[in-house]
Amino acid sequence: MSVWDYSTAKKGDPLPTLTVGPINQDDLVLYANASGDQNPIHIDQNFAKKSGLPDVIAHGMLIMSYLGRLLTNSVPQSQIKNFSVQFSNMTHVNQKIICTGKVLEKNSVEGKEIVTVSLKVEDQQGEKKIIGKATISSDI
Amino acid sequence: MIDRSLIGKTYPPFHSEVTEEKIRLFAKATGQINPIYFDIESAKKEGHPSLLAPLTFLITVSYEQKDPYQYLKDLDIELGQFLHANQEYTYFSPVYAGDRIKMVSKLSDIFDKAGGRLQFLVFEAKYTNQDKVIVAKSKTTLVVR
Repeated sequence: MSVWDYSTAKKGDPLPTLTVGPINQDDLVLYANASGDQNPIHIDQNFAKKSGLPDVIAHGMLIMSYLGRLLTNSVPQSQIKNFSVQFSNMTHVNQKIICTGKVLEKNSVEGKEIVTVSLKVEDQQGEKKIIGKATISSDI
Repeated sequence: MIDRSLIGKTYPPFHSEVTEEKIRLFAKATGQINPIYFDIESAKKEGHPSLLAPLTFLITVSYEQKDPYQYLKDLDIELGQFLHANQEYTYFSPVYAGDRIKMVSKLSDIFDKAGGRLQFLVFEAKYTNQDKVIVAKSKTTLVVR
């Protein structure tokens, strides 16, 4: 895997973007089976409609997992110390997902390089799905 | 309104075996392509003892329970009524295939917004492996519509 060199990255520098989708129902069924989250709101159209939604919605954790991929595509996983997200809008089937990140802060603490990155997931129309943050440290 | 006296409620510990199959399936379902999540030789080449569990893999632990939504049903919250609002992981040590993970969780907060129209539940969990090493902590906020 190509490793984005965060040790030389500067505040404001972007991480390589990750685009996923369009997300389809098969993706949601596969994720439901892999994660064990069989909430019918994600896999049963009738149930989703009865719950007041236009169609099934993606598991928030699936979208967070894509954002996790953006991180581990660029940084060794063992160096990621904290990963947090806020889900702001539902992700619907047929939407394409764009995951982006950039360096928010860089600090040296006791000889360790600590990098905070801000993270975002949007669809093609620019509707925000997730905003998040991760802390990366060279200390393993 | 959800009974605020439930804040602090703890749940029985739950154990889960991390297997190669679970990691491969989770990695596939989340679109991973890095072979450290699929192929043991590749994982070893990168210095891992076995397949590495991806960043969000620990979510699978709670869903292995017989009825993973029982804790919400106990609060009279139905499927379709709640959404995931926030998720946070703090990582201390990697999780690998072959690990036996113990999850201990509690309902750490209940609060509301929009004049009580939206209620939020915060669950905190701690994950420990077979060597009694804390591998991660998580904080999950659900919003009840």
